Amino acid sequence: MTTTTPADAAQVTPQPVVAQRTGLSKKSRDRIAAILVTLLALLMMVFWLSPFAYMLTTSLKTLEQMQNPRILPESPATFEYDGKTYDVYAVPMPDGEVRDLALVKPGRESSQFIDPDNVEAGLIDWEGRWRQLTPAYSLDFQWQNYTEAFREVEFPRLFRNTAAIALFGIIGTLISCTLVAYGFARFPIPYKNILFLILIATIVLPRQVTLIPTYIIFQRLGWVGTWLPLIVPHFFANAFNVFLLRQYFLTIPKEMDEAAYIDGASPPRVLWSIILPQAWPVIIAVAVSHMIFAWNDYFEPLIYLRSRPDLQPISVGVQEFNFLYGTRPDLLQAVSLLALFVPVLVFFLAQRYFMQGVVFSGVDK
Amino acid sequence: MTVFDEARSISIRGTRREKMGPLARKQAWWGILFISPWLIGFLLFTLIPMLASFLMSFTNFNITQPGAWEFIGLRNYQRLFTDGDLRAALAATFKFFAISLPVAIILPIIMAQVIIAKPLRFKRGFTTLFYMTYMVPLVSAILIWRGMLNPQSGWLNRALGVIGVKGPDWLNSTTWVYPALVLIGLWGVGNAMLFTAIGMRNVPSEMYEAAEVDGATYLRKTWHITLPLVTPIIFYNLVLAVIGLFQYFTVPYILTRGTGAPGNATLFYNMHFYRTAFRFQDMGYGSTLAWLLFAIAMTCTLIVFWSAKYWVYSPGGSEK
Repeated sequence: MTTTTPADAAQVTPQPVVAQRTGLSKKSRDRIAAILVTLLALLMMVFWLSPFAYMLTTSLKTLEQMQNPRILPESPATFEYDGKTYDVYAVPMPDGEVRDLALVKPGRESSQFIDPDNVEAGLIDWEGRWRQLTPAYSLDFQWQNYTEAFREVEFPRLFRNTAAIALFGIIGTLISCTLVAYGFARFPIPYKNILFLILIATIVLPRQVTLIPTYIIFQRLGWVGTWLPLIVPHFFANAFNVFLLRQYFLTIPKEMDEAAYIDGASPPRVLWSIILPQAWPVIIAVAVSHMIFAWNDYFEPLIYLRSRPDLQPISVGVQEFNFLYGTRPDLLQAVSLLALFVPVLVFFLAQRYFMQGVVFSGVDK
Repeated sequence: MTVFDEARSISIRGTRREKMGPLARKQAWWGILFISPWLIGFLLFTLIPMLASFLMSFTNFNITQPGAWEFIGLRNYQRLFTDGDLRAALAATFKFFAISLPVAIILPIIMAQVIIAKPLRFKRGFTTLFYMTYMVPLVSAILIWRGMLNPQSGWLNRALGVIGVKGPDWLNSTTWVYPALVLIGLWGVGNAMLFTAIGMRNVPSEMYEAAEVDGATYLRKTWHITLPLVTPIIFYNLVLAVIGLFQYFTVPYILTRGTGAPGNATLFYNMHFYRTAFRFQDMGYGSTLAWLLFAIAMTCTLIVFWSAKYWVYSPGGSEK
């Protein structure tokens, strides 16, 4: 039973009724709910991130270790005794304990073992069939997979190419999208609504429909086999980023612009000194999302850089590696980790601004 | 407000033009100057190439012999009807569409419900980690998941084995390859989840309080308050998912190294397009394929936009 003061009784909410029915106080019900929901989320998280664990463990295994049923990179344990190498087994002892012992003298119905942790105790007699024992495993990480993958995939070159393409693209997209967003956010442009609608419509336009002529133009210009087709178009703005920036700019009070105009500032000056200093979260969001785009983009590097492996970014380079090393899952997993390391790191560093910027401009009212 | 809400509200509001004074006219010139990068880019990289590819769809242009092309009338369009690979590509694309679209819509809603649930502890940590996989480059995700889906050494079938189920040979089965592709794509839902979660957080808490007074259960509150109010974001996710499906390329291409195996089950439309236009360099017919895709994608998008008035909540009721 809960005791109610007159003040509590005055604000009747349904919770006390339920509390009386279940016989639990609100506080302990909240605690149980917290535990259940958090456990559910944890379960989802385990599934969600298990491929990472798969990648990490597989990347540290040999091909043989992949065949054994262990999750971690482990090899059947051995122990050296009297100058000879013996296999170690998990041996159930008469007292119920399971000990890892090295099999020294195998016999059909009884065998002799030695305890690697306690050699002085001498040989241990054991009754039973040793063939039915399961081998004991010991950890055995293959760190050299990473050095091998790093070298084979020529990672520094791939990384440099991707970073350069991404960086120039970020510069282009930031300059152009900021200008266009500023134009749409602040100026009375004729047919502005129609233009803005056309801009948004380009989001749903399948890019195949412009790709072939664009490719032919770039080929005539001699740009196929260079980074230019992957960089130059980003200097002409894209709808998503313009929208994001515009939404953010719209929340900056117009009075601030007007005060600057009264002081004699020009529109570019207002953009530079009033708008941009306040728009950091969304600028970071645009930069990070372009970086993600550049790290992921596969189709265009594939068609424009097919003949130039030395200029290819990570996406295409890793795929070439995948072609050549399809039989080496250990190296492929190591390469996967190398390829995802930088974007994930940047995300963790910028995550606060990034999520704030994306969320704010994308959906918040 | 999402980008597509904006588009809808502009198209509903109409596009009136106001008279401008001299000051406004000067301002307008500045405005045109600022948006000129996009105007030029739109002409150069969208409008002109679009028209060019339309014209090219009536030619036999092949980039290896750029001088030797001629107009061949509707022959490319006739070829669409006899192109066996195209039929396979359409079948694969729509089969995948049917399986992946419900996941792309429902999964973000469920995940968002979890990460905004009031009793959940470590909300920020969960949100960040669920979102983080969105940053994993696709090529890594594909290689990782291909390992996970390996019928012998992959963890998925091992986990299924523990509960006594014999897992399929995911990537080599013409049936199971589609769910496998959906699994590979799961990590990409981060944005949709985050947007949905924010939409849910924006629902005024008074609405829930009022419902609680009436004794509404969690499910009823979700069904009658949360979901209707986040329909604009579901709409946004839906439009992006539909567009993404027609662009689907990287995953099947990397997974099968461009073959479309098993059989032609992963020969998606965009892979067929790539093979025709860039591997076989047949850019005339490639343009025809591009325009067919354009027609299909636009039809689907327009249906989605048209349907919006029946199910998407718009704040403030009718805007007419």
